[in-house]
Amino acid sequence: MLIETFRLALLTVARNKLRSFLTVLGIVIGVSSVIAMVTVGQGSTQRVQSDVASLGSNLLMVRPGQPGRGPGGGQNDAPPLKAADVEALLTEIPDLVAATPAATRTLNAVYGDVTHAVTVTGTDNAYFPVRGWTLSEGRVFTEQELRAGTPVCVIGTSTSMALIGQGNPVGITMRIGKITCEVVGLLTKRDASTFGSDDNDTVIMPLKAFQRRIAGNSNVSSISVTFSDAVTAEEVTPKIQALMRERRGLTDDQDDNFNVFDMKQISSMLTGITGTLTGLLSAVAAISLLVGGIGIMNIMLVSVTERTREIGIRMAIGATEGQVLMQFLVEAVVLSLIGGFIGVIVGLGLGWAGSSALNIAFVPDWRITGAAFVFSAVVGVVFGYFPARRAARLDPIEALRHQ
Amino acid sequence: MIELRGITKSYGTGEAMVRALDGVDFSVDRGDFIAVMGPSGSGKSTTMNIIGCLDTPSSGQYLLMGQEVGGLDRDQRALLRRNFLGFIFQGFNLLPRTTALENVELPLVYQGVPQDERRERALAALGKVGLADRAGHKPSELSGGQQQRVAIARAIVTRPQLILADEPTGNLDSARSREIMLLLQQLNRDEGMTVLMVTHEPDMAAYATRVATFVDGRLQSDIRQDAH
Repeated sequence: MLIETFRLALLTVARNKLRSFLTVLGIVIGVSSVIAMVTVGQGSTQRVQSDVASLGSNLLMVRPGQPGRGPGGGQNDAPPLKAADVEALLTEIPDLVAATPAATRTLNAVYGDVTHAVTVTGTDNAYFPVRGWTLSEGRVFTEQELRAGTPVCVIGTSTSMALIGQGNPVGITMRIGKITCEVVGLLTKRDASTFGSDDNDTVIMPLKAFQRRIAGNSNVSSISVTFSDAVTAEEVTPKIQALMRERRGLTDDQDDNFNVFDMKQISSMLTGITGTLTGLLSAVAAISLLVGGIGIMNIMLVSVTERTREIGIRMAIGATEGQVLMQFLVEAVVLSLIGGFIGVIVGLGLGWAGSSALNIAFVPDWRITGAAFVFSAVVGVVFGYFPARRAARLDPIEALRHQ
Repeated sequence: MIELRGITKSYGTGEAMVRALDGVDFSVDRGDFIAVMGPSGSGKSTTMNIIGCLDTPSSGQYLLMGQEVGGLDRDQRALLRRNFLGFIFQGFNLLPRTTALENVELPLVYQGVPQDERRERALAALGKVGLADRAGHKPSELSGGQQQRVAIARAIVTRPQLILADEPTGNLDSARSREIMLLLQQLNRDEGMTVLMVTHEPDMAAYATRVATFVDGRLQSDIRQDAH
């Protein structure tokens, strides 16, 4: 009997294709937006986490500027960091495993007739392990090159691809801004990228070469430090702050003019933001499911009115209230399940397209997908019940008389 | 088989109260072919609805197969209709966009008859009304006479105790009407089916073995006759 009821409901739904489609559109939009949003949200969360993981563990960043303004906040009015700060950090704080300076600027790299804008970083060899880089070709810098500030560089795979295409760039000479620079190494390609920019598009050179030949000063934009597993970021950070305050000659009544970031904190903050956004958008999507349900209720009420005579015939033939109720309830559920099914497919498709567009991993959440599908069925039951009950309560004599 | 004792039916209350039936005593015996006649408003349709378990009397006793119907709820009455009664309507009342076969199968669906048996019995019923070759046609593809014959097949497919026909020829020309009446007569004579038919056409009543006439909510006469 129930199978019969489902078959009948499918037939009825198929008979009014356009109307059925328009009716389920609300459900389709609701379900697909929930799924698309959750998928993209999870993809970006995963992305943020892997970005942070790729920066290496136990990593802190010291930057000039007022604390509490985020990375890069208020740098200009604070005195810059210097290479000597790196040495001081390493000698004064034994908990630190490594410290490496970085001075960066975006410049045009020119090779042959190709010009390519790229982030250029001046640093030392500690930069590679601290930032989790390995080399696939060539070598890192020699002591001699670091001391003398020789214009040599290690480049990322994306930069290499932009300049020379496929192949090994080691040995070529290119122009970086106004200087000529020999490529001595190629970084191993990695999938991560730091908060949107392509990590593999980078040029790394000795700090002194960068300072003398490109920046024309001895400033350092940031210092990355790693600390040993024996201590936590919360223990190390005050030590770094104390040392930096001393080195920057701050008196007790002055605020810090530098800040120390724990990259993990930024990660959890960003993850939190993503989660909040996903939640918010899902709430909007849930409202659209609600609206979809009302659409189904509306069309089912129309359907009950249109088919009053049919209901009368069925009742005269011996359909009980329960059977008439079931017929219309199943019809509403079939409608909403069809909407849910289309919504799942469209949602996964949108999620996939969004993930590709944002260059993040496609992470379908099967639990949410299943839940959205089940929820669409629930919408059918809830919003189908009232029209179905109205059908079941019809007086057979009146219903048979209905034109 | 059917006993009505002192049945009344009134609509509305107080001043506006309309008494549709005013104490009807009536019985139907197995094998009867009864024509119920009377002007409109005489109570014949109300009687039909009460006997058909579609409506309940305001007072009085209605026994169907010895069972008191008055106190039954909607679902219990639905089950009586499903198992003991078959309906034929003036407007045919077939489900549109549904084949003749599926229309005839419908009562068996509600009885929970398995699909194979359902098909077989529906085809047999269509055969009895001479429409076996129209099983796959939808009502819109059938003439009025054919539609009414499908409706008759639907009414007899459950082998009901009683067939209730409400002006079955009201929408048909005289030739089609004659066909329908002969079919009902044949079902009554050959299959032993009990038929209760409401009509206002004396020509149609002539096919019946009993003619009951209602006037002003009362049974005025109840005469046995030799049918055509």
